[in-house]
Amino acid sequence: MSTSATGIGASVRRKEDDRFIQGKGRYTDDVTFPGQAHAYFLRSPHAHAKIKSINTAKAAKMPGVLAILTGDDVAKDKIGNLACAWTINFRDGRPMRGGVHPILAQGKVRYVGDQFAVVIAETKNQAKLAAAAVKVDFEILPHVVNTAKAIKSGVTIHDVAPDNHVFDWALGNEAETNDAIKNAHHITKMEIINTRVVPNAMEVRCANAMYDAASDHFTVYCNSQNPHVLRLVLSAFHGLAPENKIRVISPDMGGGFGSKIPIYGEEVVCTWAARKVGRPVKWTSERTEAFQSDAHGRDHVTTAELATDGSGMITGLRVRTTAAMGGYLSSFGPLIPTVLYAPLLSGQYAIPNIFLHVDGVYTNTTPTDAYRGAGRPEASYLIERIVETAARELKMDPAEFRRKNMVKSFPHQTPVFVAYDNGDYVASLDKALAMHDYKGFAARKAESAKHGKLRGVGFSAYIEACGLAPSNIVGQLGSAVGFWESAEIRVNPAGTVEVLTGSHSHGQGHETSFAQVVSERLGVDFKNVSVVHGDTDKVQFGMGTYGSRSAAVGITAIVKALDKIEAKGKRIAAALMEASVDDVVFNEGNFTVKGTDKKKTFGEIAFAAYVPHHFNPQEIEPGLKETAFFDPTNFVFPAGVHICEVEVDAETGHTDIVGYTAVDDFGTLINPMIVEGQVHGGVAQGIGQALTEGCVYDDDSGQLLTGSYMDYAMPRARVMPDIANFKLGFTNTPALSNPLGLKGCGEAGAIAATPAVINAITNAIGVRDLAMPATPLTVWTAMQGMKKAAE
Amino acid sequence: MPAIKMKLNGKAVSGEVEGRTLLVEFIREHRGLTGTHVGCDTSQCGACVVHVNGKAVKSCTTLAASCDGADITTVEGLAKGTDLHPMQAAFKEHHGLQCGYCTPGMIMAAIDIVKRNGKNLSEDVIRRELSGNICRCTGYHNIVKAVQAGAANM
Repeated sequence: MSTSATGIGASVRRKEDDRFIQGKGRYTDDVTFPGQAHAYFLRSPHAHAKIKSINTAKAAKMPGVLAILTGDDVAKDKIGNLACAWTINFRDGRPMRGGVHPILAQGKVRYVGDQFAVVIAETKNQAKLAAAAVKVDFEILPHVVNTAKAIKSGVTIHDVAPDNHVFDWALGNEAETNDAIKNAHHITKMEIINTRVVPNAMEVRCANAMYDAASDHFTVYCNSQNPHVLRLVLSAFHGLAPENKIRVISPDMGGGFGSKIPIYGEEVVCTWAARKVGRPVKWTSERTEAFQSDAHGRDHVTTAELATDGSGMITGLRVRTTAAMGGYLSSFGPLIPTVLYAPLLSGQYAIPNIFLHVDGVYTNTTPTDAYRGAGRPEASYLIERIVETAARELKMDPAEFRRKNMVKSFPHQTPVFVAYDNGDYVASLDKALAMHDYKGFAARKAESAKHGKLRGVGFSAYIEACGLAPSNIVGQLGSAVGFWESAEIRVNPAGTVEVLTGSHSHGQGHETSFAQVVSERLGVDFKNVSVVHGDTDKVQFGMGTYGSRSAAVGITAIVKALDKIEAKGKRIAAALMEASVDDVVFNEGNFTVKGTDKKKTFGEIAFAAYVPHHFNPQEIEPGLKETAFFDPTNFVFPAGVHICEVEVDAETGHTDIVGYTAVDDFGTLINPMIVEGQVHGGVAQGIGQALTEGCVYDDDSGQLLTGSYMDYAMPRARVMPDIANFKLGFTNTPALSNPLGLKGCGEAGAIAATPAVINAITNAIGVRDLAMPATPLTVWTAMQGMKKAAE
Repeated sequence: MPAIKMKLNGKAVSGEVEGRTLLVEFIREHRGLTGTHVGCDTSQCGACVVHVNGKAVKSCTTLAASCDGADITTVEGLAKGTDLHPMQAAFKEHHGLQCGYCTPGMIMAAIDIVKRNGKNLSEDVIRRELSGNICRCTGYHNIVKAVQAGAANM
């Protein structure tokens, strides 16, 4: 790989930062159309209620009001329902029980925040004031917000699923796993709750739609992680217009973390209303609306049993999970606790027998969908908590127990569908142990004890499957869409390059890292490579960014297009230099002819491509622009070992993270600075779930109790370990399913960190089980339980 | 509607606002300066931090009318032509941003931290002082580095 200042492997400072640090970014809410009108949504104040009537008479006469639309208007205009793009049928073959999900609720609301009407007005404040004057008569229904109680609650949220059971699904070798548990030398059994969390991208969701009657054409600004998919859904499912009559632009975007993958009712309503009202309609969520309506993450209730033999080898894992879908099925809701969860339950370990059974259930809560890691953090949390606990029960060092059970030869077929292509898990473990000074832990613990602090250490040897992924595999697993990616390379006559990608950057720095790949390959100055994304009128169809797929799939599509650019460049160069194309070599921006001193630069060939005076345009088409679609043959499998060290205050239960070491194998790194940033941020989100964050619904009222940053504790700067104590390292085994050996790094930190933190705290205070978030109260209470038990 | 006048990034501006108009609404919607962001509406996240008469203020919970006659600086007012403010340059150099949404508020808060605590900032002071600013992308690691480096260069 290149060692040039801007090539692959260089920590190039980001192109996009120049506008962001000067306040010149352009986010969706920054866009204002002439004649802009504003939308404000009415949302359910109840967890579950019948809408008996909506009286808009008084509100409609208020100043500035242009329209008030309800579910009845949606039905009248035959605007299609929100769709779930992933089907998980019951094990016995019965179809998934997906309830109808209208863009504005009709007849019934199913969670606090469920939108049932919208006011369009001249200003935001006018819309909001009028919304307060809409009179709604609700008949409150019994509700259930507790995942474990959903099926037996007696509450029916959707008629199609009277007991709220949406699907059940299983994976693995059931009979052999049952035998392994039965014949185990030791069984470690745990009840594990993976708490519901709220993604909280700092930029809230926003949509701004404009309809041009003259051309019968919509322009929709929306902060979506997959703008082409949004356009497809607006067209094919909601029936608003054919795709060629809709332009979706997803400009600069303030984070996504999965919450901007689903298609939501609000952007459909804005698009529909823009034509109906004849004015551009903008909606910008407030933060409390975001808490109520952005798809939430996690929310699993699990029983797991890990079987080991007399020598400390894992012989089986049996898992029973109930996963909350919320009040409706979000776009990819059923995918997350099934196909993205179960295949990772083998972790980094050679476990011969694994069986998972999962039940998907409706609850009167905000729908769940992907949140950074999506299913894989849930798998990682489960396997890393239970492996750590098993090691303690077997009185083995948790690091050595892991080492003993790690997969050591590749490819490795797990009992849960996936086959790991390549890796060296022991190498990451060894490197992490050394970097962390694990040997020095006992001395550090003794020192902490002198100051009234309980010190603990916890491990997490995570694995994830990234780079969604082979379309023919995901199709068999229930996906309604394919998961390839597209790229287009436009070489301009003067040799500058535009890279159009179906990936979408919302913080990942694609404008920089993608340009590094192209600059190195073509020998074109980094400054002369522009990356274009997020606009359906510019970029051919793309599948967007999630699941750490932009490197493994998105960049690989770019590489495939670059292959074609090089091939065509060679043909033109051969003609210009009167040589056989087989003798032309392209290297560092120059086309040369083997065994001669003939040479043409890439810029000369680019120019010649558009001024075809020296080759025959009947044999070689003029121009230099190529496209590629890439669909991989396998997932990629980033993996690593994270070690967390904590000090717990013995008096207050307050936890400080005093050391954190992350060693990750992401394969080839394009821009190490950006990769490290992804790890820092991912780890912060994992630590957030472990220590501070938790979405709470009140069982009795069904109300969302954590609806703002005053109630939902986001991790802040002081929660994170000090700079000197937060160490990152890398190992590198290249992925085999793409030419650059890329694996993906976006989710790893969030997947790895949560179990490492909880393992560290339980080690520090000597308890087996601990609920998240491990607030001082939770930790202190757990310590009192220990003291009581000891008395 | 109250008429207000203020200095915004060195230029005299005036306008009529409702009593309820927030400073951030005046800046973004009336003056079209969209660098200042709204992240939470409740003064918890700090994406909206601007300087009012030289002090960091959360503009999402400040009434525009209360700033009549004030001297306001937003992130757009920091660079002198093409010369970045040292704090801006440090955020780029140390990869102190990813999605860029919290960044204007972070930079404005950071400059205020230096004004109150001096150029030689300890990590502990920076982390404590940033308790009113939320970033979801960076884990704060590189923000802390950027603030420390930016402070030293101010």
